[in-house]
Amino acid sequence: MEVSYFPGCTLKQTAKNFETSAISSSKLLGIELKELSRWNCCGTVYSLATDDSMHHLAPIRNLIRVQEEGSKEVVTLCSMCYNTLKQANELVRAEPDRLQKLNDFMYLEEDYKPDLEVYHLVTYIKDNVGYEKLKDKVTNPLSGLKVAVYYGCLLLRPDSIKLDDRENPRIMEDMMEALGAEVIDFPYHNECCGSYHTLGKRDLVIERTNKIISEAKLDGADVLVLSCPECDFNLDHRQKNTLEKYPSFETMPVLYFTQLMNIALGGDLADCGFELNYIDPIPLLKDKGILK
Amino acid sequence: MTTVKPSGDKPNLPPTSRLIEVFIMGKSYKVPETLTIQKAIEWAGFQFIRSCGCRGGICGACPTIYRTKDDYKLKVGLACQTVAEDGMYLVQLPFVPVQKAIYNIEEEKATLAAIEKHYPETFRCVQCNTCTKACPMDIEVMQYIAEIIKGDYKKAAELSHSCIMCGMCAARCPAELQQFNVAMFIRRMYGRYVLPKAEHLKNRVEDIEAGKYEPMLDELQQVSSGELVKRYKEREWEPEPYEVPDWKPKDTKYL
Repeated sequence: MEVSYFPGCTLKQTAKNFETSAISSSKLLGIELKELSRWNCCGTVYSLATDDSMHHLAPIRNLIRVQEEGSKEVVTLCSMCYNTLKQANELVRAEPDRLQKLNDFMYLEEDYKPDLEVYHLVTYIKDNVGYEKLKDKVTNPLSGLKVAVYYGCLLLRPDSIKLDDRENPRIMEDMMEALGAEVIDFPYHNECCGSYHTLGKRDLVIERTNKIISEAKLDGADVLVLSCPECDFNLDHRQKNTLEKYPSFETMPVLYFTQLMNIALGGDLADCGFELNYIDPIPLLKDKGILK
Repeated sequence: MTTVKPSGDKPNLPPTSRLIEVFIMGKSYKVPETLTIQKAIEWAGFQFIRSCGCRGGICGACPTIYRTKDDYKLKVGLACQTVAEDGMYLVQLPFVPVQKAIYNIEEEKATLAAIEKHYPETFRCVQCNTCTKACPMDIEVMQYIAEIIKGDYKKAAELSHSCIMCGMCAARCPAELQQFNVAMFIRRMYGRYVLPKAEHLKNRVEDIEAGKYEPMLDELQQVSSGELVKRYKEREWEPEPYEVPDWKPKDTKYL
């Protein structure tokens, strides 16, 4: 099946491994992610100010691009893009006046009719492939790999866009189990990674990374799995700075869920793009017998 | 007798031409219809010191901001290419203040970091598309900014290629971007590092530097002006649209 796909800017820049592994693993599941022929930044952060329409132009313009291609569904990967696109879609559904205002402003575009759905790839796979079938497609099960699933903030909040139960989600855990991994109980699955404070208050992020990764370690995890390039930067790349501040800090590989899915489904290793992961997961995956 | 003395190119008016009212910086002027905004302004008695260049729609010096009768939309056009209309309000904008990054092209690359360094405001874009609406060249300005943000520099260079640097995008941008300058940066990087070198250009520059054309120029300086005019008039043109393969002039001694 073919589905419209919104990559987002980060997947074209620093998180290329997220995109390549997603395209490869989706293909193995029979899903063709068809990139929109024209798109722009999602808007990055969903604006919460009630009188701010300007910052909803970006997500709605992207949804117009989906509509232009005759599509009723769009899949995205990055948590930030998912959150922004989906919240904006819900907003204009709930507020027809707002939609009118945005359509009037974008008079060069066709009017947006909010009858299409924004999906995160995890939900799309669960709904359209199903975890039973996913399990059947696994050729290289992630046996013996202890995984801590990390959602962060943007996949579970607010209620209108959540992938699953906000406090006790199972959607990514069940996916990891279908791939043959052992999912550990990880209470920090929806802690904040520090987000954009990584630029101005690096120390704050170092504290978050130290807390989250150390807890995962304590809970017995081998790797942390996530779906957000921003969380990935903070929890993977900032381990360097965490180690500098806390010499006894124990590092842990941090992976996009698509990277593990690609391995389990027997995809090309090159599509995992592990060279972009700061903590190299290859030695661990070899040690577990998952990679040869 | 009119007290207004037209300046610049003398307009060639049709005999039926009637007077229309245009508001130049708010003041009413009666000018003949069919004139471009540029000629209408001159007809009204203004003389251009800035805001006028090639008069041919290429140089980008003469952007006009205007509103037409009974339309709230703020429009932009080149004064030398846009016809004045009855009831039009207009002003010329000869220059848009922008910061121009100074860099050594040999020490730069088209990367996220380079754009963050030279034009960090690029990432403030909210995709409102006001820039595209303001472009007299119909360039998809917002889209090339989107391509820059996502790192598709080839697409950004191609989309922005016909930019004439008039600055209207930057003047209208609510996020205070300097679109035409960051696009110039990208095109320079693209030309320097991505596009293949033009071999024929390199060869020609070598020929010039080696003095191959000096004798021809020396010879031209010796001939009389009458002979120069004659040669100019009789010069041979390559037939347009340049589709004849391996076309060569009859006289090949200068090749």
